[in-house]
Amino acid sequence: MVGLLCISTVVVLLPLVIIMVHVLVEGFSALSYDFFTEELGSPSRAIQGQATGLVHTIIGTIVVDTLALLIAVPIGIGAGMMLSEYPEHPLNPTLRLMNDTLNGMPAILKGLFIFVLIVKPMGTFSGIAGSVALAVVMLPIIARTTESALQSIPWTIRESGLALGIPRWRVVLSTVMPAAKGGLITGILLAFARAAGEAAPLLFTSFGNNYLPNNWYGFIFSPTDTLPQRLYSLAISPYEQWHSMGWAAAIILFLMVIFAFILARLLARDKFKIQA
Amino acid sequence: MNFKLETKNLTVKYGEVYGVKDISLAAPHRSVMALIGPSGCGKTTYLRALNRMHDLTRVANVEGEVLFEGKNIYDEDVNPVTVRRKIGMVFQKPTPFPTMSIFDNVVAGLKLVGIKNKTLLNEVCEKALKQAALFEEVKDRLNTAAVSLSGGQQQRLSIARALAVEPEVLLMDEPTSSLDPQATLKIEELIQSLKKDVTIIIITHNMQQAARVSDKTAFFYEGNLIEVGKTKLIFTSPEKKQTEDYITGKFG
Repeated sequence: MVGLLCISTVVVLLPLVIIMVHVLVEGFSALSYDFFTEELGSPSRAIQGQATGLVHTIIGTIVVDTLALLIAVPIGIGAGMMLSEYPEHPLNPTLRLMNDTLNGMPAILKGLFIFVLIVKPMGTFSGIAGSVALAVVMLPIIARTTESALQSIPWTIRESGLALGIPRWRVVLSTVMPAAKGGLITGILLAFARAAGEAAPLLFTSFGNNYLPNNWYGFIFSPTDTLPQRLYSLAISPYEQWHSMGWAAAIILFLMVIFAFILARLLARDKFKIQA
Repeated sequence: MNFKLETKNLTVKYGEVYGVKDISLAAPHRSVMALIGPSGCGKTTYLRALNRMHDLTRVANVEGEVLFEGKNIYDEDVNPVTVRRKIGMVFQKPTPFPTMSIFDNVVAGLKLVGIKNKTLLNEVCEKALKQAALFEEVKDRLNTAAVSLSGGQQQRLSIARALAVEPEVLLMDEPTSSLDPQATLKIEELIQSLKKDVTIIIITHNMQQAARVSDKTAFFYEGNLIEVGKTKLIFTSPEKKQTEDYITGKFG
Protein backbone atom coordinates (compact mmCIF):
# COMPACT_ATOMS: atom_id res chain seq x y z
CA MET A 1 0.00 0.00 0.00
CA VAL A 2 2.61 2.51 1.11
CA GLY A 3 4.73 1.40 -1.86
CA LEU A 4 1.90 2.30 -4.24
CA LEU A 5 1.45 5.67 -2.54
CA CYS A 6 5.17 6.33 -2.92
CA ILE A 7 4.94 5.57 -6.63
CA SER A 8 2.04 8.03 -6.95
CA THR A 9 4.04 10.64 -5.08
CA VAL A 10 7.00 10.19 -7.39
CA VAL A 11 4.80 10.32 -10.49
CA VAL A 12 3.28 13.59 -9.24
CA LEU A 13 6.62 15.15 -8.34
CA LEU A 14 8.63 13.94 -11.34
CA PRO A 15 7.11 16.19 -14.03
CA LEU A 16 7.53 19.21 -11.77
CA VAL A 17 11.20 18.46 -11.13
CA ILE A 18 11.90 17.72 -14.79
CA ILE A 19 10.19 20.91 -15.90
CA MET A 20 11.97 23.04 -13.32
CA VAL A 21 15.41 21.62 -14.08
CA HIS A 22 14.91 21.86 -17.82
CA VAL A 23 13.60 25.40 -17.67
CA LEU A 24 16.51 26.47 -15.46
CA VAL A 25 19.11 24.85 -17.68
CA GLU A 26 17.69 26.24 -20.92
CA GLY A 27 16.80 29.70 -19.67
CA PHE A 28 19.60 30.55 -17.31
CA SER A 29 21.96 31.73 -20.02
CA ALA A 30 19.45 34.34 -21.21
CA LEU A 31 19.10 35.91 -17.76
CA SER A 32 21.25 39.01 -17.86
CA TYR A 33 21.08 42.61 -16.69
CA ASP A 34 19.61 43.56 -20.06
CA PHE A 35 16.89 40.97 -19.68
CA PHE A 36 15.43 42.97 -16.79
CA THR A 37 16.02 46.47 -18.17
CA GLU A 38 15.46 46.38 -21.93
CA GLU A 39 12.38 45.95 -24.05
CA LEU A 40 12.21 43.15 -26.60
CA GLY A 41 12.04 45.15 -29.84
CA SER A 42 12.30 43.49 -33.21
CA PRO A 43 13.95 40.09 -33.75
CA SER A 44 16.95 41.75 -35.38
CA ARG A 45 18.06 43.10 -32.00
CA ALA A 46 18.50 39.61 -30.61
CA ILE A 47 20.00 38.26 -33.80
CA GLN A 48 22.55 41.09 -34.02
CA GLY A 49 23.38 40.77 -30.36
CA GLN A 50 21.96 44.17 -29.41
CA ALA A 51 20.51 44.81 -25.95
CA THR A 52 17.13 43.15 -25.62
CA GLY A 53 15.04 42.00 -22.72
CA LEU A 54 11.59 41.49 -21.30
CA VAL A 55 11.20 44.37 -18.86
CA HIS A 56 7.94 45.42 -20.52
CA THR A 57 6.66 41.86 -20.16
CA ILE A 58 7.54 41.59 -16.49
CA ILE A 59 5.93 44.93 -15.63
CA GLY A 60 2.98 44.11 -17.88
CA THR A 61 2.44 40.82 -16.09
CA ILE A 62 2.54 42.47 -12.69
CA VAL A 63 0.08 45.16 -13.79
CA VAL A 64 -2.33 42.80 -15.57
CA ASP A 65 -2.30 40.16 -12.81
CA THR A 66 -2.67 42.69 -10.01
CA LEU A 67 -5.64 44.36 -11.70
CA ALA A 68 -7.15 40.93 -12.33
CA LEU A 69 -6.81 40.10 -8.63
CA LEU A 70 -8.34 43.43 -7.64
CA ILE A 71 -11.35 42.67 -9.83
CA ALA A 72 -11.73 38.97 -9.05
CA VAL A 73 -11.08 38.85 -5.29
CA PRO A 74 -13.98 40.99 -4.03
CA ILE A 75 -16.47 39.59 -6.53
CA GLY A 76 -15.29 36.01 -6.11
CA ILE A 77 -15.36 36.18 -2.32
CA GLY A 78 -18.78 37.81 -2.49
CA ALA A 79 -20.11 35.00 -4.66
CA GLY A 80 -18.50 32.43 -2.36
CA MET A 81 -20.18 34.05 0.64
CA MET A 82 -23.50 33.84 -1.16
CA LEU A 83 -22.92 30.15 -1.87
CA SER A 84 -21.92 29.33 1.68
CA GLU A 85 -23.75 31.75 3.93
CA TYR A 86 -27.11 32.22 2.28
CA PRO A 87 -28.16 28.70 1.32
CA GLU A 88 -31.83 29.66 1.57
CA HIS A 89 -31.51 32.55 -0.91
CA PRO A 90 -33.37 31.98 -4.21
CA LEU A 91 -30.30 33.04 -6.24
CA ASN A 92 -28.11 30.42 -4.59
CA PRO A 93 -28.82 27.32 -6.75
CA THR A 94 -28.55 29.35 -9.97
CA LEU A 95 -25.26 30.84 -8.86
CA ARG A 96 -23.88 27.40 -8.04
CA LEU A 97 -24.79 26.02 -11.46
CA MET A 98 -23.45 29.07 -13.30
CA ASN A 99 -20.26 29.10 -11.29
CA ASP A 100 -19.52 25.46 -12.06
CA THR A 101 -20.26 26.04 -15.73
CA LEU A 102 -17.96 29.05 -15.81
CA ASN A 103 -15.26 27.03 -14.12
CA GLY A 104 -15.49 24.34 -16.75
CA MET A 105 -15.48 26.75 -19.69
CA PRO A 106 -12.25 26.79 -21.73
CA ALA A 107 -10.12 29.83 -20.97
CA ILE A 108 -9.86 30.77 -24.64
CA LEU A 109 -13.64 31.22 -24.75
CA LYS A 110 -13.39 33.62 -21.85
CA GLY A 111 -10.82 35.56 -23.86
CA LEU A 112 -13.18 35.69 -26.84
CA PHE A 113 -15.99 36.84 -24.57
CA ILE A 114 -13.88 39.73 -23.26
CA PHE A 115 -12.78 40.49 -26.83
CA VAL A 116 -16.40 41.06 -27.79
CA LEU A 117 -17.27 42.81 -24.54
CA ILE A 118 -14.29 45.13 -24.08
CA VAL A 119 -11.75 45.00 -26.91
CA LYS A 120 -14.26 45.64 -29.72
CA PRO A 121 -15.98 48.62 -28.07
CA MET A 122 -12.61 50.08 -26.94
CA GLY A 123 -11.22 49.64 -30.43
CA THR A 124 -7.90 48.34 -29.11
CA PHE A 125 -6.35 45.44 -27.30
CA SER A 126 -5.44 46.50 -23.78
CA GLY A 127 -3.96 45.41 -20.48
CA ILE A 128 -7.26 46.00 -18.74
CA ALA A 129 -9.06 43.69 -21.15
CA GLY A 130 -6.48 41.03 -20.28
CA SER A 131 -7.07 41.68 -16.57
CA VAL A 132 -10.80 41.24 -16.94
CA ALA A 133 -10.29 38.01 -18.90
CA LEU A 134 -7.99 36.65 -16.19
CA ALA A 135 -10.47 37.80 -13.55
CA VAL A 136 -13.12 35.70 -15.28
CA VAL A 137 -10.73 32.74 -15.07
CA MET A 138 -10.19 33.35 -11.35
CA LEU A 139 -13.78 34.15 -10.35
CA PRO A 140 -15.29 30.65 -10.25
CA ILE A 141 -12.22 29.24 -8.51
CA ILE A 142 -12.26 31.91 -5.82
CA ALA A 143 -16.00 31.55 -5.37
CA ARG A 144 -15.73 27.80 -4.93
CA THR A 145 -12.73 27.82 -2.61
CA THR A 146 -14.28 30.63 -0.56
CA GLU A 147 -17.38 28.53 -0.21
CA SER A 148 -15.48 25.50 1.04
CA ALA A 149 -13.30 27.61 3.35
CA LEU A 150 -16.41 29.11 4.92
CA GLN A 151 -18.17 25.76 5.09
CA SER A 152 -15.29 24.36 7.10
CA ILE A 153 -16.24 26.75 9.91
CA PRO A 154 -18.87 25.07 12.11
CA TRP A 155 -22.38 26.30 11.42
CA THR A 156 -22.92 26.69 15.17
CA ILE A 157 -20.49 29.63 15.16
CA ARG A 158 -22.97 31.56 13.04
CA GLU A 159 -25.89 30.50 15.17
CA SER A 160 -24.12 31.59 18.34
CA GLY A 161 -23.49 34.96 16.77
CA LEU A 162 -27.08 35.32 15.62
CA ALA A 163 -28.38 34.22 19.02
CA LEU A 164 -26.60 37.24 20.50
CA GLY A 165 -28.71 39.52 18.34
CA ILE A 166 -25.87 40.34 15.98
CA PRO A 167 -27.06 41.03 12.42
CA ARG A 168 -26.29 38.24 10.01
CA TRP A 169 -23.89 40.18 7.77
CA ARG A 170 -21.93 41.20 10.84
CA VAL A 171 -21.72 37.62 12.08
CA VAL A 172 -20.34 36.50 8.73
CA LEU A 173 -17.83 39.36 8.46
CA SER A 174 -16.60 39.40 12.06
CA THR A 175 -16.71 35.78 13.18
CA VAL A 176 -16.85 33.44 10.18
CA MET A 177 -14.59 35.27 7.72
CA PRO A 178 -11.68 35.79 10.13
CA ALA A 179 -11.86 32.14 11.15
CA ALA A 180 -11.71 31.12 7.49
CA LYS A 181 -8.89 33.52 6.61
CA GLY A 182 -6.30 30.84 5.90
CA GLY A 183 -8.63 28.98 3.57
CA LEU A 184 -9.67 32.18 1.80
CA ILE A 185 -6.07 33.12 1.08
CA THR A 186 -5.23 29.62 -0.13
CA GLY A 187 -8.19 29.82 -2.51
CA ILE A 188 -7.14 33.18 -3.90
CA LEU A 189 -3.66 31.78 -4.34
CA LEU A 190 -4.89 28.75 -6.26
CA ALA A 191 -6.89 31.00 -8.54
CA PHE A 192 -3.96 33.33 -8.98
CA ALA A 193 -1.53 30.53 -9.79
CA ARG A 194 -3.95 29.20 -12.35
CA ALA A 195 -4.62 32.56 -13.98
CA ALA A 196 -0.99 33.71 -13.89
CA GLY A 197 -0.08 30.79 -16.13
CA GLU A 198 -2.90 31.28 -18.63
CA ALA A 199 -1.91 32.45 -22.10
CA ALA A 200 -5.11 31.63 -23.97
CA PRO A 201 -7.42 34.33 -22.56
CA LEU A 202 -4.73 36.96 -23.15
CA LEU A 203 -4.28 36.32 -26.88
CA PHE A 204 -7.46 38.23 -27.80
CA THR A 205 -7.34 40.73 -24.99
CA SER A 206 -3.99 42.12 -23.84
CA PHE A 207 -2.56 40.78 -27.13
CA GLY A 208 1.11 41.40 -26.44
CA ASN A 209 3.59 44.12 -27.29
CA ASN A 210 7.28 44.09 -28.20
CA TYR A 211 7.88 47.54 -26.75
CA LEU A 212 7.45 49.48 -23.54
CA PRO A 213 4.46 51.80 -23.68
CA ASN A 214 5.12 55.56 -23.72
CA ASN A 215 3.75 56.06 -20.25
CA TRP A 216 2.55 54.10 -17.21
CA TYR A 217 -1.11 53.85 -18.08
CA GLY A 218 -0.05 52.40 -21.42
CA PHE A 219 0.18 49.10 -19.54
CA ILE A 220 -3.53 49.38 -18.82
CA PHE A 221 -5.04 50.99 -21.90
CA SER A 222 -2.91 49.74 -24.77
CA PRO A 223 -1.72 46.29 -25.93
CA THR A 224 0.39 44.87 -23.13
CA ASP A 225 2.86 42.04 -22.90
CA THR A 226 2.47 39.26 -20.34
CA LEU A 227 4.81 36.39 -19.54
CA PRO A 228 2.69 33.36 -20.51
CA GLN A 229 1.63 34.83 -23.81
CA ARG A 230 5.17 36.15 -24.53
CA LEU A 231 6.55 32.74 -23.67
CA TYR A 232 4.26 31.27 -26.29
CA SER A 233 5.18 33.75 -28.99
CA LEU A 234 8.90 33.48 -28.25
CA ALA A 235 8.68 29.70 -28.37
CA ILE A 236 6.98 29.60 -31.77
CA SER A 237 9.33 32.20 -33.26
CA PRO A 238 12.02 31.02 -35.70
CA TYR A 239 14.88 32.70 -33.80
CA GLU A 240 17.32 30.72 -31.66
CA GLN A 241 17.98 33.69 -29.34
CA TRP A 242 14.30 34.17 -28.67
CA HIS A 243 13.91 30.54 -27.69
CA SER A 244 16.31 30.90 -24.79
CA MET A 245 14.58 34.15 -23.79
CA GLY A 246 11.35 32.16 -23.71
CA TRP A 247 12.89 29.74 -21.22
CA ALA A 248 14.09 32.67 -19.15
CA ALA A 249 10.54 34.09 -19.22
CA ALA A 250 9.37 30.77 -17.79
CA ILE A 251 11.87 31.08 -14.93
CA ILE A 252 10.54 34.55 -14.10
CA LEU A 253 6.96 33.30 -14.22
CA PHE A 254 7.92 30.51 -11.83
CA LEU A 255 9.59 32.92 -9.44
CA MET A 256 6.60 35.28 -9.48
CA VAL A 257 4.16 32.54 -8.60
CA ILE A 258 6.45 31.21 -5.86
CA PHE A 259 6.86 34.73 -4.49
CA ALA A 260 3.08 35.13 -4.42
CA PHE A 261 2.79 31.81 -2.55
CA ILE A 262 5.28 32.87 0.11
CA LEU A 263 3.62 36.26 0.51
CA ALA A 264 0.22 34.64 0.92
CA ARG A 265 1.54 32.17 3.50
CA LEU A 266 2.83 35.09 5.55
CA LEU A 267 -0.52 36.87 5.27
CA ALA A 268 -2.41 33.75 6.31
CA ARG A 269 -0.61 33.48 9.63
CA ASP A 270 -2.96 33.79 12.54
CA LYS A 271 -1.97 35.16 15.93
CA PHE A 272 -4.23 32.77 17.85
CA LYS A 273 -3.24 29.64 15.92
CA ILE A 274 0.10 29.66 17.69
CA GLN A 275 -1.42 30.09 21.14
CA ALA A 276 -3.97 27.33 20.70
CA MET B 1 -49.97 39.19 30.66
CA ASN B 2 -49.16 35.87 32.25
CA PHE B 3 -46.77 34.40 29.76
CA LYS B 4 -43.42 35.66 28.57
CA LEU B 5 -43.12 33.25 25.71
CA GLU B 6 -45.90 31.16 24.34
CA THR B 7 -46.39 28.95 21.29
CA LYS B 8 -49.72 28.26 19.69
CA ASN B 9 -50.05 25.25 17.39
CA LEU B 10 -46.40 25.44 16.50
CA THR B 11 -45.41 22.99 13.77
CA VAL B 12 -41.95 22.70 12.24
CA LYS B 13 -41.54 20.62 9.10
CA TYR B 14 -38.31 19.63 7.38
CA GLY B 15 -39.65 19.21 3.87
CA GLU B 16 -42.42 16.68 4.38
CA VAL B 17 -41.07 15.36 7.67
CA TYR B 18 -42.48 16.73 10.87
CA GLY B 19 -39.95 18.00 13.41
CA VAL B 20 -42.57 18.96 15.94
CA LYS B 21 -46.30 18.93 15.50
CA ASP B 22 -48.88 21.31 16.84
CA ILE B 23 -47.17 22.37 20.06
CA SER B 24 -48.99 24.76 22.35
CA LEU B 25 -46.87 25.57 25.34
CA ALA B 26 -46.24 28.60 27.50
CA ALA B 27 -43.40 29.78 29.68
CA PRO B 28 -44.46 32.16 32.47
CA HIS B 29 -42.46 35.26 33.40
CA ARG B 30 -39.36 34.63 35.48
CA SER B 31 -39.56 30.87 35.54
CA VAL B 32 -37.61 27.88 34.39
CA MET B 33 -39.23 25.43 32.03
CA ALA B 34 -37.51 22.14 31.28
CA LEU B 35 -38.03 20.23 28.05
CA ILE B 36 -37.39 16.52 28.40
CA GLY B 37 -37.74 13.54 26.10
CA PRO B 38 -35.66 10.98 24.26
CA SER B 39 -33.19 12.05 21.56
CA GLY B 40 -34.85 13.00 18.29
CA CYS B 41 -38.16 13.84 19.91
CA GLY B 42 -38.14 17.43 18.65
CA LYS B 43 -37.00 19.35 21.74
CA THR B 44 -34.20 21.12 19.92
CA THR B 45 -36.37 21.73 16.86
CA TYR B 46 -38.93 23.33 19.11
CA LEU B 47 -36.38 25.41 20.99
CA ARG B 48 -34.82 26.71 17.77
CA ALA B 49 -38.20 27.88 16.54
CA LEU B 50 -38.45 30.18 19.57
CA ASN B 51 -35.79 32.62 18.37
CA ARG B 52 -36.14 32.05 14.64
CA MET B 53 -33.03 29.94 14.23
CA HIS B 54 -34.84 27.97 11.54
CA ASP B 55 -34.73 31.04 9.27
CA LEU B 56 -31.30 29.98 8.12
CA THR B 57 -32.30 26.75 6.45
CA ARG B 58 -34.47 26.51 3.41
CA VAL B 59 -35.83 23.08 4.33
CA ALA B 60 -37.31 24.02 7.70
CA ASN B 61 -40.82 25.40 7.60
CA VAL B 62 -42.40 26.94 10.69
CA GLU B 63 -46.18 27.17 11.06
CA GLY B 64 -48.24 28.46 13.94
CA GLU B 65 -47.42 31.25 16.34
CA VAL B 66 -44.62 32.08 18.75
CA LEU B 67 -45.81 34.86 20.99
CA PHE B 68 -43.20 36.91 22.79
CA GLU B 69 -45.03 39.15 25.25
CA GLY B 70 -48.12 38.61 23.14
CA LYS B 71 -46.54 39.48 19.79
CA ASN B 72 -45.93 36.82 17.15
CA ILE B 73 -42.22 36.87 16.35
CA TYR B 74 -42.93 35.42 12.92
CA ASP B 75 -45.01 38.45 11.88
CA GLU B 76 -43.87 40.31 8.78
CA ASP B 77 -42.95 43.45 10.68
CA VAL B 78 -40.71 41.71 13.20
CA ASN B 79 -36.95 41.83 12.73
CA PRO B 80 -35.40 38.48 13.68
CA VAL B 81 -32.25 40.27 14.91
CA THR B 82 -34.28 42.18 17.50
CA VAL B 83 -36.01 38.96 18.51
CA ARG B 84 -32.72 37.15 19.07
CA ARG B 85 -31.35 40.06 21.05
CA LYS B 86 -34.12 39.50 23.58
CA ILE B 87 -34.28 35.72 23.27
CA GLY B 88 -30.76 34.41 23.71
CA MET B 89 -29.54 30.88 23.23
CA VAL B 90 -26.86 28.60 24.64
CA PHE B 91 -25.94 25.59 22.56
CA GLN B 92 -25.08 22.04 23.44
CA LYS B 93 -21.50 22.33 22.27
CA PRO B 94 -19.26 25.22 23.22
CA THR B 95 -18.89 27.68 20.37
CA PRO B 96 -16.24 30.28 21.12
CA PHE B 97 -15.52 32.57 18.18
CA PRO B 98 -12.19 31.07 17.13
CA THR B 99 -10.31 34.22 16.20
CA MET B 100 -11.30 36.23 19.26
CA SER B 101 -9.83 36.58 22.74
CA ILE B 102 -11.78 35.60 25.85
CA PHE B 103 -12.70 39.24 26.43
CA ASP B 104 -13.81 39.82 22.85
CA ASN B 105 -15.88 36.66 22.94
CA VAL B 106 -17.79 37.71 26.04
CA VAL B 107 -18.57 41.21 24.75
CA ALA B 108 -19.05 40.16 21.12
CA GLY B 109 -22.81 40.75 21.33
CA LEU B 110 -22.15 44.36 22.31
CA LYS B 111 -19.01 45.14 20.37
CA LEU B 112 -20.29 43.82 17.06
CA VAL B 113 -23.37 46.00 17.20
CA GLY B 114 -21.25 49.10 17.72
CA ILE B 115 -20.86 49.55 21.49
CA LYS B 116 -17.32 50.80 22.04
CA ASN B 117 -17.36 52.22 25.58
CA LYS B 118 -14.37 50.48 27.21
CA THR B 119 -15.51 50.91 30.82
CA LEU B 120 -18.93 49.52 30.01
CA LEU B 121 -17.48 46.56 28.11
CA ASN B 122 -15.10 45.79 30.99
CA GLU B 123 -17.93 45.87 33.50
CA VAL B 124 -20.18 43.69 31.36
CA CYS B 125 -17.37 41.22 30.75
CA GLU B 126 -16.57 40.84 34.42
CA LYS B 127 -20.20 40.53 35.46
CA ALA B 128 -21.02 37.95 32.79
CA LEU B 129 -17.94 35.86 33.54
CA LYS B 130 -18.76 35.92 37.26
CA GLN B 131 -22.32 34.82 36.56
CA ALA B 132 -21.04 31.94 34.48
CA ALA B 133 -18.59 30.96 37.23
CA LEU B 134 -15.59 31.49 35.00
CA PHE B 135 -14.15 34.81 36.12
CA GLU B 136 -11.69 33.53 38.72
CA GLU B 137 -10.16 31.09 36.27
CA VAL B 138 -9.60 33.51 33.41
CA LYS B 139 -9.29 36.97 34.97
CA ASP B 140 -5.54 37.10 34.36
CA ARG B 141 -5.67 36.10 30.74
CA LEU B 142 -8.68 37.82 29.23
CA ASN B 143 -6.70 38.69 26.12
CA THR B 144 -5.63 35.17 25.28
CA ALA B 145 -7.37 33.03 22.72
CA ALA B 146 -10.76 31.69 23.75
CA VAL B 147 -10.01 28.41 21.99
CA SER B 148 -7.15 27.82 24.42
CA LEU B 149 -9.69 27.18 27.20
CA SER B 150 -10.80 23.67 28.13
CA GLY B 151 -14.10 22.35 26.81
CA GLY B 152 -15.95 23.02 30.05
CA GLN B 153 -14.50 26.52 30.30
CA GLN B 154 -15.47 27.18 26.70
CA GLN B 155 -19.04 26.20 27.50
CA ARG B 156 -19.15 28.58 30.47
CA LEU B 157 -17.67 31.22 28.19
CA SER B 158 -20.52 30.61 25.73
CA ILE B 159 -22.97 31.06 28.59
CA ALA B 160 -21.24 34.25 29.73
CA ARG B 161 -21.40 35.56 26.19
CA ALA B 162 -25.12 34.88 26.00
CA LEU B 163 -25.67 36.63 29.34
CA ALA B 164 -23.61 39.68 28.40
CA VAL B 165 -26.36 41.00 26.14
CA GLU B 166 -28.88 40.64 28.99
CA PRO B 167 -31.55 38.66 27.20
CA GLU B 168 -35.07 38.51 28.60
CA VAL B 169 -35.44 34.87 27.66
CA LEU B 170 -32.62 32.35 27.62
CA LEU B 171 -32.96 29.15 25.63
CA MET B 172 -30.53 26.47 26.77
CA ASP B 173 -29.97 23.34 24.73
CA GLU B 174 -28.36 20.82 27.10
CA PRO B 175 -25.98 23.47 28.41
CA THR B 176 -24.26 21.21 30.91
CA SER B 177 -23.77 18.08 28.83
CA SER B 178 -20.09 18.91 28.36
CA LEU B 179 -19.44 20.07 31.92
CA ASP B 180 -18.09 18.30 34.98
CA PRO B 181 -20.36 17.97 38.06
CA GLN B 182 -18.88 20.99 39.77
CA ALA B 183 -19.34 23.31 36.81
CA THR B 184 -22.78 21.80 36.27
CA LEU B 185 -23.68 22.71 39.84
CA LYS B 186 -22.51 26.27 39.22
CA ILE B 187 -24.61 26.55 36.09
CA GLU B 188 -27.62 25.22 37.94
CA GLU B 189 -27.07 27.80 40.67
CA LEU B 190 -26.78 30.40 37.94
CA ILE B 191 -30.10 29.30 36.48
CA GLN B 192 -31.70 29.69 39.89
CA SER B 193 -30.34 33.18 40.37
CA LEU B 194 -31.10 34.31 36.80
CA LYS B 195 -34.71 33.35 37.30
CA LYS B 196 -35.23 36.63 39.12
CA ASP B 197 -34.94 38.52 35.82
CA VAL B 198 -34.93 36.03 33.01
CA THR B 199 -37.28 33.42 31.66
CA ILE B 200 -35.37 30.22 30.98
CA ILE B 201 -36.25 27.27 28.80
CA ILE B 202 -33.81 24.41 29.17
CA ILE B 203 -33.45 21.11 27.38
CA THR B 204 -31.90 18.40 29.46
CA HIS B 205 -31.37 14.67 29.38
CA ASN B 206 -30.65 14.66 33.04
CA MET B 207 -33.85 13.96 34.96
CA GLN B 208 -32.38 15.08 38.28
CA GLN B 209 -31.36 18.33 36.68
CA ALA B 210 -34.84 18.92 35.32
CA ALA B 211 -36.27 18.17 38.74
CA ARG B 212 -33.75 20.41 40.50
CA VAL B 213 -33.88 23.53 38.38
CA SER B 214 -37.25 23.79 36.70
CA ASP B 215 -40.65 25.04 37.77
CA LYS B 216 -42.43 23.53 34.83
CA THR B 217 -41.59 20.46 32.77
CA ALA B 218 -42.75 19.48 29.30
CA PHE B 219 -42.32 15.97 27.97
CA PHE B 220 -41.83 15.56 24.22
CA TYR B 221 -42.08 12.33 22.33
CA GLU B 222 -41.83 11.78 18.58
CA GLY B 223 -42.50 15.41 17.77
CA ASN B 224 -45.52 15.66 20.01
CA LEU B 225 -45.99 17.34 23.34
CA ILE B 226 -47.18 14.51 25.54
CA GLU B 227 -47.55 16.23 28.84
CA VAL B 228 -46.75 19.49 30.54
CA GLY B 229 -47.19 20.60 34.11
CA LYS B 230 -45.56 21.68 37.35
CA THR B 231 -42.23 19.89 37.64
CA LYS B 232 -43.17 18.44 41.01
CA LEU B 233 -46.32 16.89 39.57
CA ILE B 234 -44.64 15.57 36.44
CA PHE B 235 -42.00 13.82 38.48
CA THR B 236 -44.26 12.51 41.22
CA SER B 237 -47.58 11.78 39.59
CA PRO B 238 -47.52 12.08 35.80
CA GLU B 239 -50.85 11.65 34.08
CA LYS B 240 -49.61 9.84 30.99
CA LYS B 241 -48.11 6.38 30.97
CA GLN B 242 -45.40 7.41 28.46
CA THR B 243 -44.21 10.21 30.73
CA GLU B 244 -43.99 7.87 33.68
CA ASP B 245 -42.09 5.27 31.65
CA TYR B 246 -39.61 7.85 30.45
CA ILE B 247 -39.00 9.42 33.84
CA THR B 248 -38.55 6.08 35.53
CA GLY B 249 -36.10 5.07 32.81
CA LYS B 250 -38.15 2.33 31.17
CA PHE B 251 -37.37 3.77 27.74
CA GLY B 252 -35.52 6.63 26.05
